[in-house]
Amino acid sequence: MEYLQFILIIILSPLINGVIRKLKAQMQGRPGPGLFQSYFDLIRLFKKDMRISNTTSWIFGAAPYILFTSTIVAAMIVPVITTVSPFSVMGDIIAIIYIFALGRFFMALAGLDAGTAFGGEGSSREMTVAILVEPMLMLSIFTAAISAGSTNIAMLASISGPIYTPSHILALSAFIIAIIAETGRIPVDNPDTHLELTMIHEGMVLEYSGKYLALMEWAHYMKQMLLFTLAVDIFFPAGIINNTEPAALAMSFGIYLLKMFSIAFFMAIIESSRAKMRFFQLPSLLEGGFVLAFLSLLTYIMTGR
Amino acid sequence: MTAVNTGISCFLIAAIISILPLQKIKRYTYIISSIGSLGFGLFALSIIFSAPSKLYTLNISSAFDFVFYGDALSGFFLLAISVLAFAVSIYSVGYTKDMKNPGAAGVLYNFFILSMYAVVLSGNIITFLISWETMSLLSYFLVTLQRDEESARAGLIYAVMTHAGTAFIIALFLVLYTQTGSMDLAEIKLYASHIPDTLKNLIFIFSIIGFGTKAGIIPLHTWLPRAHPAAPSNISALMSGVMIKTGIYGFIRINLDILQQSPEWWGITVIVIGAVSCIIGMLYALMEYDMKRLLAYCSVENIGVIFLGIGAAMMLKSNGLYTASSIALAAALYHTLNHAVFKGLLFLGTGSVMHATHTKNMEKMGGLLKSMPYTGLFFLIGSVSICALPPFNGFVSEWLTYQSLLSGFNSVSIASKIAAPLGAAALALTGALAAACFVKAFGISFLGMPRSSHAEDVKESSASMITGMGVLALLCLVLGIFPGLTLRVISPAVFSYTGAGIMPTGAGFLHIGGSLSDLSPAAILISIIIMFITTVIFIFIAGGKRKISYGDSWDCGIKALTPRMQYTATGFTKPLRMIFRKIYLPKRDLNISYIVKPFFLSSIKYSGEITPFLEVYIYRPLTSLIRGAARRVSILQSGSLHLYLGYILATLILLLIFGGN
Repeated sequence: MEYLQFILIIILSPLINGVIRKLKAQMQGRPGPGLFQSYFDLIRLFKKDMRISNTTSWIFGAAPYILFTSTIVAAMIVPVITTVSPFSVMGDIIAIIYIFALGRFFMALAGLDAGTAFGGEGSSREMTVAILVEPMLMLSIFTAAISAGSTNIAMLASISGPIYTPSHILALSAFIIAIIAETGRIPVDNPDTHLELTMIHEGMVLEYSGKYLALMEWAHYMKQMLLFTLAVDIFFPAGIINNTEPAALAMSFGIYLLKMFSIAFFMAIIESSRAKMRFFQLPSLLEGGFVLAFLSLLTYIMTGR
Repeated sequence: MTAVNTGISCFLIAAIISILPLQKIKRYTYIISSIGSLGFGLFALSIIFSAPSKLYTLNISSAFDFVFYGDALSGFFLLAISVLAFAVSIYSVGYTKDMKNPGAAGVLYNFFILSMYAVVLSGNIITFLISWETMSLLSYFLVTLQRDEESARAGLIYAVMTHAGTAFIIALFLVLYTQTGSMDLAEIKLYASHIPDTLKNLIFIFSIIGFGTKAGIIPLHTWLPRAHPAAPSNISALMSGVMIKTGIYGFIRINLDILQQSPEWWGITVIVIGAVSCIIGMLYALMEYDMKRLLAYCSVENIGVIFLGIGAAMMLKSNGLYTASSIALAAALYHTLNHAVFKGLLFLGTGSVMHATHTKNMEKMGGLLKSMPYTGLFFLIGSVSICALPPFNGFVSEWLTYQSLLSGFNSVSIASKIAAPLGAAALALTGALAAACFVKAFGISFLGMPRSSHAEDVKESSASMITGMGVLALLCLVLGIFPGLTLRVISPAVFSYTGAGIMPTGAGFLHIGGSLSDLSPAAILISIIIMFITTVIFIFIAGGKRKISYGDSWDCGIKALTPRMQYTATGFTKPLRMIFRKIYLPKRDLNISYIVKPFFLSSIKYSGEITPFLEVYIYRPLTSLIRGAARRVSILQSGSLHLYLGYILATLILLLIFGGN
């Protein structure tokens, strides 16, 4: 069972995205699509023919596969419902960040491959946002890693010490800002937009259709759920079990779903209550996040909590 | 010893054939050079795994003798040079085909490699300085090989900078000699503990300036982005891949090997230098559209990463954390080897591109991946490696650097506790900057539509050039997925510094005992492959075989998408230019000429550039200061013979007065 916990991320990630969409719609006073709409979208895309630009090279075809498979490999490393995580020998949290970077690298290349301005714009902005997010993400992870004495995620998740220390709260705030930026949500990027001037993620995948687009979108859902899972593993590990008994696993799965829905609810609130920021206002938000992460580290060094 | 003798004779034979009037076969001498570097590679492995020993002594007189000495550290650098020299030599067979003066290039090339070997094998001060100077001079001639104004200027700046650096190196060796009374590096090491602390600090600072100039740390990097583009690409690959590493070697030899113990602030200073070099170096690399200048700035960044590792090793050792210190030094050496491989690969790739398109400007390239599939693939592998993305080699060394910096938290002092994670954050920022930089470098030049006539009808490079690059690309992967094997080569050198070994448990597997962190790039690669196969099968089941049709890119319905509408390298980095404008100090010039104001335009001229603040605010004032001083001194040299006779008379009188007794 512990070998297969990453399958949960693959299977459930469209659902989490559906939940966020549904909640957002409800908050905006619309009925919104059904909870399983993301699955239907993916199935529909898989069954469609593809149209590919003549300008593109093999990078365009390889990028969806690299993005999709690398995200699955990242998911294998993360403990989802039990900290008995046999794949954690493959890498730690730093490796996960760099595996994400691998996917992003190829997605940005694919954006440039078709030779359109929209793709280039999306790539340029995506890489710029990544530059601002990465240090903050790393620093907030470092605070957690230093206090746990390990960068191994299973170790991080099995430390059930005091979670609500000042340093952890600051690190969590920075981590949430990083998640919002990494998953392309408001106020950093608008996942619903197709207005050329504002889009980041959608700009890069503009040329994609059919199964390639499905892979890209699915990878995006998985990355989102993975980041949520990392957040609960590092900051709210309570409830995750350290054995593989079926009953305990079921219990842990329930708690995990509850946590996921809570984060989805939180994201929906943020998305509904904030406006998208102008691109060049982003540095002030993200640098603010960096300062939070740095303060959390200083707090931990100075006070030890 | 037979391996090294074969090696030396191969290089000498290759050099001799190069000056013979045999135009047709001249370029095949590089094959002999590649065999020579293989010999040195085997020799390096034997040195690494045997006890330190004097290899060869040549007595000139009682005071001067040439001593060559080999230990694990010099063996490791020997290996790094050999690996790159091997691939570059194969590449050069094809690359030098249309070269203007192949004879001079061949001779210089072979002696240049030999001089680098001599530097890392030097056993005493005299040998070191002579080899060092030979290496610098030969590389100067190689930079100015293409006789044009750009090369001449670049060569001048390089010569001035490198000699300023050498002056500091001579000074630090003088201090060592006067304090220990020995020329021999091994003997100096024995007496080094008796050197007073203030002089040790002086040696440390001199070594940063002296070796830092060669390595290219900020702010001593200014020669790099000039000299690398001026040299032929096979030479740039060697200079950037291994020659600047001799600076790293010298720094490690003096501060980590000879002085052994260092106060904590040394380590923190080196971490700060590393962090600044990697961030500023990468920020400037991002703004370049000249491919070779971009790679040169990128070398500054990678030297920064190596210095982060060295600094962490020094800091952790001074805090008594020997195992963590070993990891840090291993990370630095690992990155040294990695950088030699992937930077060499990228420079060779750029050489192929320049060979085919006759331009260095990426704004004029585009779509090259289709016309140059192998060069493109290898350049992509180099880019992925340099961005430290798994499963390639850059990732392993950066991961080790992260781990060592994070274990800095176990230090006693607060300064170390804060410096270490901030160094790691700088590394994270650099990683993201590097990714953006190489998305730009690869995306703009190899993807999209050809941006100018340079990029149309391009031919793939010759077989030897592709082989040379292929060797390095394969090494990028091998060094990436078998970190255990690589660490076996590195650990003897690390052990001699910290006394703590890092014994990897398996070839493709790393385990940091203290923090229980694991990394297995081999497993990551295997998982990616398995998941890829699963995905392909899954898609086939879920969607079946679907039709693929081809058409134009989305053009919003204008039906006239031209290459000029693509994103440019300058446009790609515009957001960064705005966000980091405090560092870039961008300037823009907009000239609009009207037929009738304000609606009828005849032309718009836009130009933008960034201000290199180090050059404007440090180097220009410094050079004008030196020039001013020189001008004042030149009053003494009036050219009048009578005045000079007067100087002699005055000197004589002064000597008689003060030196009489």
